[in-house]
Amino acid sequence: MNQNNIRTAQRGTTEAPWVRYALTGIALVFMFLFLVLPLAAVATEALRKGWDAYAEALREPDAWSAIRLTFITALVAVPLNLVFGVAAAWCIAKYEFKGKSFLTTLIDLPFSVSPVVAGLIYVLVFGAQGWFGPWLAEHDIKIVFAVPGIILATIFVTFPFIARELIPLMQAQGNDEEQAAQVLGATGWQTFWYVTLPNIKWGLIYGVILCNARAMGEFGAVSVVSGHIRGQTNTMPLHVEILYNEYQSVAAFAVASLLALLALVTLAIKSVAEWRMESELKALAELPPERPTPARGATAGIAN
Amino acid sequence: MTSAVLPHGAVPPPVARRTPVRVLPGFNLTLGFTVFYLCLIVLIPLSALLFKTFTLTWPQFWEAVTGPRVLASYRLTFGASFIAAMVNVVFGLLVAWVLVRYSFPGKKIVDALVDLPFALPTAVAGISLTALLAGNGWIGQFLEPHGIQLAFNPNGIVIALIFIGLPFVVRTVQPVLEDAEKELEEAATCLGATRWQTFSRVVFPSIAPALLTGFAMAFARAVGEYGSVIFIAGNMPMVSEITPLIIISKLEQYDYAGATAVATVMLVISFILLLVINGLQSWQRKRSAGNTQ
Repeated sequence: MNQNNIRTAQRGTTEAPWVRYALTGIALVFMFLFLVLPLAAVATEALRKGWDAYAEALREPDAWSAIRLTFITALVAVPLNLVFGVAAAWCIAKYEFKGKSFLTTLIDLPFSVSPVVAGLIYVLVFGAQGWFGPWLAEHDIKIVFAVPGIILATIFVTFPFIARELIPLMQAQGNDEEQAAQVLGATGWQTFWYVTLPNIKWGLIYGVILCNARAMGEFGAVSVVSGHIRGQTNTMPLHVEILYNEYQSVAAFAVASLLALLALVTLAIKSVAEWRMESELKALAELPPERPTPARGATAGIAN
Repeated sequence: MTSAVLPHGAVPPPVARRTPVRVLPGFNLTLGFTVFYLCLIVLIPLSALLFKTFTLTWPQFWEAVTGPRVLASYRLTFGASFIAAMVNVVFGLLVAWVLVRYSFPGKKIVDALVDLPFALPTAVAGISLTALLAGNGWIGQFLEPHGIQLAFNPNGIVIALIFIGLPFVVRTVQPVLEDAEKELEEAATCLGATRWQTFSRVVFPSIAPALLTGFAMAFARAVGEYGSVIFIAGNMPMVSEITPLIIISKLEQYDYAGATAVATVMLVISFILLLVINGLQSWQRKRSAGNTQ
């Protein structure tokens, strides 16, 4: 009787084999159609006229300057958002203060604003008819339809990535280890470098890599502020659009293939970071409970 | 933590609250920098949008946001986003379920691939979906003879938005499914429920808040999406022109006031969606906190 119940219970938490196979099959076909096929299409379209045409398309000077501008943009935007992300996560996760949840909502805001609107607001601030437009024109500084505008728009759309990744992670880790370091006489910077940073390492990498992927791939916001000047203010995604609209399909897909490659590398690094974070969290969960004597818990954390 | 030990209604002693004591340094520095950077990058530029809108008179504003082309674009944007988010709820739940409950070869790769739409630049997604679905593409060539057109019309917009929104549903449902207690399902089965009854009465209610959150996130993202859609949409006025494209074309005609007015409408809608998503998330947290106690 008891045995029987256990067996029913186990059978009850999964489906009949044919249902399992059917569901897995449908899910995999869906994933294949929507995720794998587009990737495969990029590769085949890029190589439609062979490797020579592909290499030719990437050697073109306009393509090169687009690649360079994309890297410059990411190189400025990602570190700035990294510093912001760490600072925001530190004050939100480590302290209690009034208006904290409001601040968190504001940080999330750029995610829900349409990229086109994100570009538009910078045109309104720095454009010819904008707030600073006349002053900038007087001093011959170009922000919109130039590189600084592209960088600003990119910073806006990638604004929350790192903060958002770090806040829950640092909240879950709590303050015990940092407090112990303080008690042991570490300065604030030492506490951060030697205690907090190793703890959030994988979360940080995860956030940076996603932030970078979005920074290099952003299209809508950048397209509004760029002005589409070939060889000057074209990032890779914008260059793809121009080539595509000029019916230079092979060249467009060749540049797109670089971006697709970037996406795959991003996914690989992201998965590794995720697995490492999971195993570290699991190791944390297996530690003996820290609460009964706070002092012992804290030192155990340090020794770790 | 301590409140679980205390009898119902008892007030925990004030000494137990340790958090207000700020032992760690750097609060003023980090909060100050966070607020400064937030104002500089996000709040001041966004306020420029509102100030510009306030320079319009009400009739000007109303005319800009309710022109027939603009109204058609709202219908298209919200309709297509709604359909795409619904499809994502169904298939996102299916993918999450298969990834959590079943094992099959290559599962880790499939799991990693779910995030592809986050990582793939939208312009790349747009041109590759177009290449697939156009009349001479891999998929399009089989559908075209049957009179099914998926590219260069609203169908294409829905497909691009499904692509963009898929990870939102999968990634919100997946952790909830992982944490769901199998004991509840076992109990349901022991009490005589069929598998379908167990799913619809026990499992589904526990993941419903996550599904709804995922739906709202996919919908919010789809409403603002631009890059992947414009390649596949065909962009015919009144038929397949999305609202973000209206903003762009108004800008290209130097109609800054009109572009700003439409952008303000989009911004207000995304504010509302953000608040809805936050509300749903805190509801979900409360639900899961209730389950574990």
